[in-house]
Parts: sequence; structure tokens; C-alpha cells
Amino acid sequence: MTDTPEADATFQLDGHDVPFEPGQTILQAALAAGKYIPYLCFHREFHPHGSCKVCTVKVNGRTGASCTTPARPGDVVESETEEIRDLRRHLVQFLFTEGNHFCPSCEQSGNCTLQAVGYDLGVTTGHYVPLFPNRPLDASHPEVLLDFNRCILCELCVRASTLVDHKSVFALSGRGIDKHLVVNAESGRLADTNLAVDDKAMSVCPVGVIQRKRRGFLVPIGKRTYDERPIREVAVDREKEA
Amino acid sequence: MTSSLEKAKDPTGLRRVVIEPVSRVEGHGKVTILLDAANKVHQVRLHIVEFRGFERFIQGRPYWEVPVMVQRLCGICPVSHHLAASKALDRVVGAHTLTPTADRVRRLMHYGQILQSHALHFYHLSSPDLLLGFESEVARRNVVGVLAAYPELAKQGVMLRKFGQEVIRITAGKRVHGTGSIPGGVNKAVSEAERDELQRALPDVIAWARTGVALVTELFAKDRATYERFGTVRSNILSLVGRDGKLDLYDGVLRARDADGKILFDGVDVQGYDALIKENVRSWSYMKFPFLTALGPEAGWYKVGPLARIQNCDSLGTPLADAARDELLAVTPGKLVHAPLAFHWARMIELLHSAEVIERLLADPALLGTDLVASGPRGTMGVGVIEAPRGTLIHHYEVDEQDLVTMCNLIVSTTHNNQAMNEAIREVARQYLDGHEPTEGLLNHIEVAIRAFDPCLSCATHALGKMPLEVEILDAEGALVERLVREGEHLG
Ligand code: SF4
Ligand code: FES
Repeated sequence: MTDTPEADATFQLDGHDVPFEPGQTILQAALAAGKYIPYLCFHREFHPHGSCKVCTVKVNGRTGASCTTPARPGDVVESETEEIRDLRRHLVQFLFTEGNHFCPSCEQSGNCTLQAVGYDLGVTTGHYVPLFPNRPLDASHPEVLLDFNRCILCELCVRASTLVDHKSVFALSGRGIDKHLVVNAESGRLADTNLAVDDKAMSVCPVGVIQRKRRGFLVPIGKRTYDERPIREVAVDREKEA
Repeated sequence: MTSSLEKAKDPTGLRRVVIEPVSRVEGHGKVTILLDAANKVHQVRLHIVEFRGFERFIQGRPYWEVPVMVQRLCGICPVSHHLAASKALDRVVGAHTLTPTADRVRRLMHYGQILQSHALHFYHLSSPDLLLGFESEVARRNVVGVLAAYPELAKQGVMLRKFGQEVIRITAGKRVHGTGSIPGGVNKAVSEAERDELQRALPDVIAWARTGVALVTELFAKDRATYERFGTVRSNILSLVGRDGKLDLYDGVLRARDADGKILFDGVDVQGYDALIKENVRSWSYMKFPFLTALGPEAGWYKVGPLARIQNCDSLGTPLADAARDELLAVTPGKLVHAPLAFHWARMIELLHSAEVIERLLADPALLGTDLVASGPRGTMGVGVIEAPRGTLIHHYEVDEQDLVTMCNLIVSTTHNNQAMNEAIREVARQYLDGHEPTEGLLNHIEVAIRAFDPCLSCATHALGKMPLEVEILDAEGALVERLVREGEHLG
């Protein structure tokens, strides 16, 4: 092995050779090769963050987040094994039970990454006892509603607002089970920030926290992102188009 | 008009029979009967623990979620709640007139819902009593028994329901918990292919609906004395009627008649419903007792639902159903029919009417249009009223300037019929139970009367043709004397 991997270097993903370019992570290389690994806090436009752990794989027998693990030639990566899928399933079930996710009446249903990943992993119930946290909405902004019930703390809005919009409208606060999304304003209200509807932060939430007001359910069932095709296909196509 | 059996003069020493339908999901109802040593009936009550507090889940939510959320109120008529909420919120978004496409798509959805709900109720839940007998062998008094004895009829019931569900799927996006109707309109029109698919099925649907009407007409004719008398109590009636006085289950104005058929009020804008109707409470039931304000709680209670509305309107406006209605009205010429069992007849007439309306809607090019949503000056409150399968359904919301719901009031069809159902079972108790040891078959008479109103209790909707029953006989001190449990068969 050399310090700079060959341009035609590959690793093994569930028995298949996956080529990668220097600097790519396992997740990036897999997606580029048309192989799906479930993920939530990763977004191709941002530096990986590695917090949700849904993208966990086994690399040479050791588990790690594929979104932050660099691809190395000859590595043996396991992803679609029952053990790994089971682990991911539990992580997703945790997320479902930590927040309030009522898919049948959620505007994001069909467009929601959490829901789509849940389907992919065969999650049919929350499994854990739901915590039903009390998280009041922030409807103060004239154009945008924040429904904190659905936040999975992926920090994508935080990253988008800081790095792209240069505004820092959002932040995470607290630790452990008390960790939650806050709005950076003295009043704590979204209306008192400089968020604008065309900000990047408006379009990155993988669930349904940050919503444009008065547009709910305009898109019918059948026409939503994951209605016709599973996330497995949508995610790799998105990568191809990018 | 409230009958004496509501409250026993002196309950001491009376034995209490409890009919308790055990419910797993949305509704729970029970009947209690007080009898003396000679089995003379002293008190009969239908108690219902309903969807209490659902309003709580709506308050604080953004208004655009409401039409989808409220569908969780009911397992078999979610579409009615979906549309009633949309209609109320149309006013909040200033859509006082919908686009023609939105109007037709919503109507189609609604009539599909009426058709499937009426089919479910008659063929699955009530036909076992009517075809096999109120006291027929309990093990066979269910849809399986009907399937064995009347296979073709049972099949038609299934097919009718399927058609209604297909209409819902096409218009709402899903067979249950669709999202098709939104404040201000709809999110999809009907495609040509979808319309053609429905049109192809229609001739059969209309034929089956006619068979259903003929069957109930015949049942009534064969045992007219029973059908006319069974649990019959006179009352006022209330429903929406179209602005032209014809039956309109989707939209219109409020009209009420007294028990003789004389108009009490007419042409009332639904936005003013709360001045017309007040609700009473009784200590023994969670369900309220609405009454017409002008007449007061004693005389002001009323019936809603198929039997009320087909008599309340001037005509149905579709030829086959109107001819069938004429036959029903001929039972007591010039007077209102009040017999609970005539609800079944009226329901089947409405089923036929719905099929005819669907035929008309499918021929309307506006159904395929592209202009889906209307809007106008923002409002802060809205009332939406619709004639749901079981009767008048009222949704009322207030929305603040942040777009969140601050107030929600729902009056569901079953609540309107609360007093009427109570009076009907009291009458049945007088007619059949008085002086007899209460057997399962006799107690089923009580259920037959309740079922005629098609109340929206989950147990009534999930059990095949009978409610799961638990009967407890207690002595005067409340000690258990006997307990009979009859399991319901669930549709799954
Ligand atoms: S609001 Fe959305 S994007 Fe932001 S942290 Fe929560 S889930 Fe992630
Ligand atoms: S996507 Fe890798 S940890 Fe979240």
C-alpha cells in the first residue's frame, strides 16, 4: 500500500469491488458506485459529521461510521448483513421514539428521509417505549414553521445556516437526552432571526422540522420523493445526477 | 318528548343488566337496564365514551395538517372528517368558492365514501339481523352466515364497498388516510384513465345498488307491522339540504322539521350552527345531548342521518333514488317516517343515489381540470358541515395569525342521534323486554335498534354484524350475579 491510493484502487463492499478516488469516504465511494448505505446526518454538500451512526458498517471486522471512514484499498466492508441492519434498525427506532413522529398526519410523509430509511430497514414499529416529549412549535415567523417534534439532531440546518447562509440561525443546545435544537435569537423565536425562505437551511432538513407555511399537503400522495421508488434507488440516482 | 325510562323513580332493589360492547379502538358504548323482580323495565340508557379530547391534539397544530389529522377520529368514515375540516378551513384561507375541479373532486370523494360506508353497514353489520332474524342462532348471525345463506348478495356488498374505496383512492390518494383535500381545494384532479376505470364499473354498481334497495323494500313490506313499530319514537329531524332544497350530502344550508314534518327553520347558513344547536350533558354518559335551541332540551332533540335527510329535502334529484324514496314516503303518506328500521331502507336509497351522483360527476369534464386551489382574504375562523354517512358532521376551528389552531369544536353525527338512540332502545325495551327474562336474543333487539342508526363506535364497525358483548347481571347491591361474554368477530 502506498500513501496515495491508486486511481483504480478498490475496496470490497459485501463482496463486490467498489472503486474509489483519493479522499473519498466509504459512503461516498459506495454511493458513487451505485451501492446504497443508509444514512441520515450525511449530506453531500457538507463535511461529514458522523453523529447519527445509521451509516455504520464493519470495516475489516470493526464497526465505524461509513460517512467519516476514508476508503482504503483492499478493505473488506460489510454493510447489508443482518447484524448491521439490525443495529441500524435499533438506531432508527430510537429516533422514532425520542421525538414525536406521527407519519400519517405529517406533511413530510413520503418526502421524509427518516421514514424512508425506516422502510428500507423494515422498521414497522417504534419498538421502544415512546417518550412523547413536549416540544412546542415555533410559528412566530411569517413564512416558516418549526416543528421540533420531529428533530433528529442531525445538525444539517446548523451547518447549512452557518457555512452556506453565513447566518447561524440554528444551534444545538444541551447534552445527552436533553440535547435539542434552538434558534439563535435572544427571544428564542424564529421571527427574531434573519432566516429567509430561500436560505440553504430551509432545504436540508431530512425530516419535517423546517416547513414553509401554508403549503402543507400541496403535493399529492404518489408524487412525493419516496412514493414511487425506495430511498435505495433515489439516493444513488441523486449521487449520479450531482 | 324525552321518555320516562331515562331515570328510574326509585332504583333501590332493582337489578342492573349491562350490555357492554368491548371496544379496542376508538369508541366504547354500553347499555344499562334496570329491572325489578318481575323483569319490568325501569330504566334504559345507552352510555358512550367517545373520542373525548381529540380537540386537544388539534389545538396548537398548523391548520394545513388538520384535514389529514382528523381522519384519525374514525376508522370507517375518515373521508367525512377530512372533508368537513377542509370545508371549515376553506374559509380560513379565504376560499369561499372552490374551483369547479376542486368542488367535483371533493364531491366524488364524498359520495364514494357514502357508498362504501353504507355498503359496509348494511351488508356486513346489519343484514345478518335483517335476513337471518333478530333471534337467529347467534353463532350464525354474522356476515359469514349471510354469505352462506345469500352468497350473491354478500358478494354484491363486497363489490359495492370496493368500488367506493376505489373512488376514495383515486380522489384522496389512498384508500385510508388520504391527503387529497386541502384548505382551499384539492391537491390532485382525476385523470382520464381513472375516470374511465370508474365509469366502466358503474353499470354493475347501479344494478347492485338497485338490488339492495329492492331487498330492503321487500323486507319492510313482508313484516310491515314489526318494521314500523320496532323502537319507533317521534322526533324532530335535522340535516343539510342543497340551496335548491334537494338532497346535497356535500354542501348546503341547515333545515329542521318537527316530528310532523313542519319546517322549523330552513336555509340557515352553517356558520351560525352554534346559535341553533345547544348541547346538554348527563352525568351518566360522556356523549353530549344536542338539541335545537329554540325548542329546549326536552322537546328539541332530533334525528340525523339517512332517514332524516331523505325526508328533510324536497327531492333527491336523481331519478332511480327518487322513485325508491317515493315508495318509502308512501308508508305513512303526508307524515314523516320515524321507524329506526326504516334507516336501513333510507340508507340503501342513499347508496343508490350516491351511485347516480357519481355517474353524473364522472360525466363532468371539470373533474379532469387543472385549477385546483382557490384563495382569498385570510379569515380567522371557519365552520365546515357535511352530511357524513351517519348524519350531520360539524367541524369548527379558529386559527390565529401564526397559522395555528386555537379552538376546535367537533359535533359528530353519532352525537346528534344520542337522545334518539336512547329513546329507541327504551321503546324496544318496553316492547320486547318488559316482563321477560333477558336472553341474548332479546338483548340483541336492543343492539338492532342501536345498529339501525349506524353509530360510529369502533366495536360496531370492526365486528361482523354484531357487537362484542359482555352482559353482567348485578344484584341491587351491585354484586355480580351472572356474566355472559360473547366475543365479537373482528374484520382484522
Ligand atoms: S431541524 Fe432538521 S436539519 Fe436541523 S437538526 Fe433537526 S432534523 Fe436536522
Ligand atoms: S450518516 Fe454517518 S453518522 Fe450519520
